[in-house]
Amino acid sequence: MKKTLIALLLSLGSLSTQAALDPGRVRQLAAEDSSDKVAAIQQITENADPDAVRVLTAMSEDSLYLAGDQAVIITDDSAFDAATGDAIKMPANPESITVNNRIRGELASALAALKLFDADREVRLASAEELQSKVSAGMAPLLKKALAQEADARIKGLLTLAYAQANLGNADPAARLDAVRALAETSSPVIKSVLLPLTDKANEPDDKVRYEAIAAVKAIDGRLAMAENVGQAFSGLSLGSILLLGALGLAITYGVMGIINMAHGELLMVGAYATYGMQTLFRAYFPDAIDWYLPAAIPVAFFAAAMVGVLMERTVIRWLYGRTLETLLATWGLSLVLIQSARVLFGAQNVEVANPSWMSGGIEVLPNLILPWNRIIIVGFAVFVLLLVWLLMNKTRLGMFVRAVTQNRPMAGCVGVPTSRIDTMAFALGAGIAGLGGVALSQISNVGPDMGQGYIVDSFMVVVVGGVGQLAGAVWAALGLGIFSKLLEGWAGAVIAKISILVCIIIFIQKRPQGIFALKGRFVE
Amino acid sequence: MRKPLTIRILSALDKKSWLALGVFLALALVVVPVLHLTFPEDSAFHVSTYAITLIGKIMCYALVAVAMDLIWGYGGILSLGHGLFFALGGYAFGLYLMRQIGRDGSYGADLPDFMVFLDWKELPWFWVGSDSFGWVALLVMAVPALVAFVFGYFAFRSRIKGVYFSIITQALTYAAMLLFFRNETGFGGNNGFTDFKRVLGYTITAPETRLVLFGLTAVMLAATLVFAAWLVKSKFGRVLTAIRDAENRVMFIGYNPLWYKLTIWVISAVLCGIAGALYVPQVGIINPSEMSPANSIEIAIWVAVGGRGTLIGPVIGAFVVNLAKSWFTVSFPEYWLFFLGLLFIVVTLMLPQGLVGLWKKIQAKKGAEAC
Repeated sequence: MKKTLIALLLSLGSLSTQAALDPGRVRQLAAEDSSDKVAAIQQITENADPDAVRVLTAMSEDSLYLAGDQAVIITDDSAFDAATGDAIKMPANPESITVNNRIRGELASALAALKLFDADREVRLASAEELQSKVSAGMAPLLKKALAQEADARIKGLLTLAYAQANLGNADPAARLDAVRALAETSSPVIKSVLLPLTDKANEPDDKVRYEAIAAVKAIDGRLAMAENVGQAFSGLSLGSILLLGALGLAITYGVMGIINMAHGELLMVGAYATYGMQTLFRAYFPDAIDWYLPAAIPVAFFAAAMVGVLMERTVIRWLYGRTLETLLATWGLSLVLIQSARVLFGAQNVEVANPSWMSGGIEVLPNLILPWNRIIIVGFAVFVLLLVWLLMNKTRLGMFVRAVTQNRPMAGCVGVPTSRIDTMAFALGAGIAGLGGVALSQISNVGPDMGQGYIVDSFMVVVVGGVGQLAGAVWAALGLGIFSKLLEGWAGAVIAKISILVCIIIFIQKRPQGIFALKGRFVE
Repeated sequence: MRKPLTIRILSALDKKSWLALGVFLALALVVVPVLHLTFPEDSAFHVSTYAITLIGKIMCYALVAVAMDLIWGYGGILSLGHGLFFALGGYAFGLYLMRQIGRDGSYGADLPDFMVFLDWKELPWFWVGSDSFGWVALLVMAVPALVAFVFGYFAFRSRIKGVYFSIITQALTYAAMLLFFRNETGFGGNNGFTDFKRVLGYTITAPETRLVLFGLTAVMLAATLVFAAWLVKSKFGRVLTAIRDAENRVMFIGYNPLWYKLTIWVISAVLCGIAGALYVPQVGIINPSEMSPANSIEIAIWVAVGGRGTLIGPVIGAFVVNLAKSWFTVSFPEYWLFFLGLLFIVVTLMLPQGLVGLWKKIQAKKGAEAC
């Protein structure tokens, strides 16, 4: 492959006969001293000659030889003059040219720079991106030339930056000043590290440039900090979505029905294990469609958790309506049973649930801010579930019945609402939503028997802060707690953040014992 | 006219109860030590070290259960954070036990091993005075009392009650657990305090020391029972029960529930702290997992199993559940959580008055048949 490429380049080179390189320069590539070689490489590159690509590629592939006083390229069984590209007779005893690591690096960046003149836009773009991190002062003329030829706006922008970086080493202070100004517009940590030396008097004698550099570093720092904060806020948003998925189910079972369900976290676990089960199933029977296991897991997890919920309601919870403290203890017992069942069925170790391939990677918003796809999808999923629950509670007959039973159970019964069935249905709905939360959770954290325990305190906090009786409170509380705790984690560490949030909640409840959105009206006991 | 205090305390329990208490103390202070020390290990009458440690531990739990019963059974406030006060008492006494190790730790330094490991040069400020038994004995009661007072004041003042209160207490102990897990907090992080050598200069593993600790725990449990019996029969106890049953009415009559609730809450926390302090030297370790929400909720089930609103109930519950636990975890470790979970469910569904309630029901049936 390589050889054919070189051969191709050679034939191209031989077509443009007038573009021959200076043989003396090419000869210098074979100099004894590395520095001489580097100088030769740079000078050959500077003119952006198509022949330069040919010679340098050959050199980087160790097919450049020295025959007497002439640099030759030898492939398989044919030989070419390196400077002109003309085929020549195979020399008697060619001397190979040593290419050490320094030269190799120089060759790589020279070749990357030369690619800036490639006809293909993608190649030019890739090359311009690659150059950002390894610009050297010697490339300035080359970059200038490339910049003059370039028509594409995106590549032009990248080249301007590279050119400015190359110019930082320029002897002319005015050129340096222009370069610093151009770089101040960016927000990349790499550029910041390039600019940093210029803020030191030892490296930058010119005051004007130095002050400009200091200002530029400051500006970049500001933008970097902003990107970091945006990143924190986003991970807070995604944590909030997880909390929301956990709390939405609770908002129905506790907020609307008044049942304290300590096994709610275990319903999340059921959902997560259902996802794991679907993954196993797909791996075994539909390995080609493995990426689709996640969408398939959504209904399965919902119904699995809902079934567990129905079972819990029918056997235990229904006997305890109105006795919240007892419900709390009984559901705690249920949670222990569920945890142990998971241990017996799936083992005490965490199981592995892989992200489908379409969820890996992320969107690069800023150079130091990547929003991972799985988090974005989870936020979207939470919004979707929220919408679904809202529609269900406000636009369907079931939702109307649930609200009716909550507001006035005997009266609802009198007008023909099957209250006890509605209780079961509503509880199953809350449980199913927890199962959906489990699907989301399985994508970003460990799936194991104890996974639900960590979320139960947080979920209850959301409900306590949000207030009882409606969804809006749970939504705002979940997002608020999620973002707030992530921002706090950023500068105080996870544990301190958690503790201060709990303290805040306790203080908050002092002020508003009924949560953010209190039910209006008279409530005594 | 008010009767003298001694009379009132004596009349807190009926004759049968005094007799039972006397038998219990005689067993703990005389019979068990004699059996342990005089009979050789292979004798059928020998009480093993394991049994003494186990019973001693369970008596500490029983103390916690009585404290829990005071607040839940009589005050109607279910705390899911009592493990915190227990652990705080344990940690407070652990400070002293750590200092008693002296230079016998694995690093042979003046500082406790974990501080050497963390490369600390001196004791943190809250360790000041930890080498004095008196100061630490004060801390054992003062720290849980202070935490309970501050938390309880704010919680009861804004009339947080019922499940809200339970959940907030659970969050409190959860937060404390996270805090104590950190090495920087200065309480040994994950591992907590362990490897104790001496208490008041006596070797902690010596049979005599164990027996003294065992006896002390028994005395403390008995004293707590008498105190609790007196407390719940006093006017204070009556008002408390009234608050449990109808808080609004008590308020309208002119009592301020805040101080009643707060008092019993702090008393309960202090009792837990003492239980923790007695527990640590017997078990030989205290670590943050004592503060886990699961531990605290287990305390509630001891009380529920025994029967809340009675004083003997929690003690019975603590013994039954913990004996079952130590039997299960040895014989069928994988079934223990099933058993515990089902216990929670069965007790709440079928035995709301616990074992004591069941006993009373059977007695009543027998009485009815006899007539």
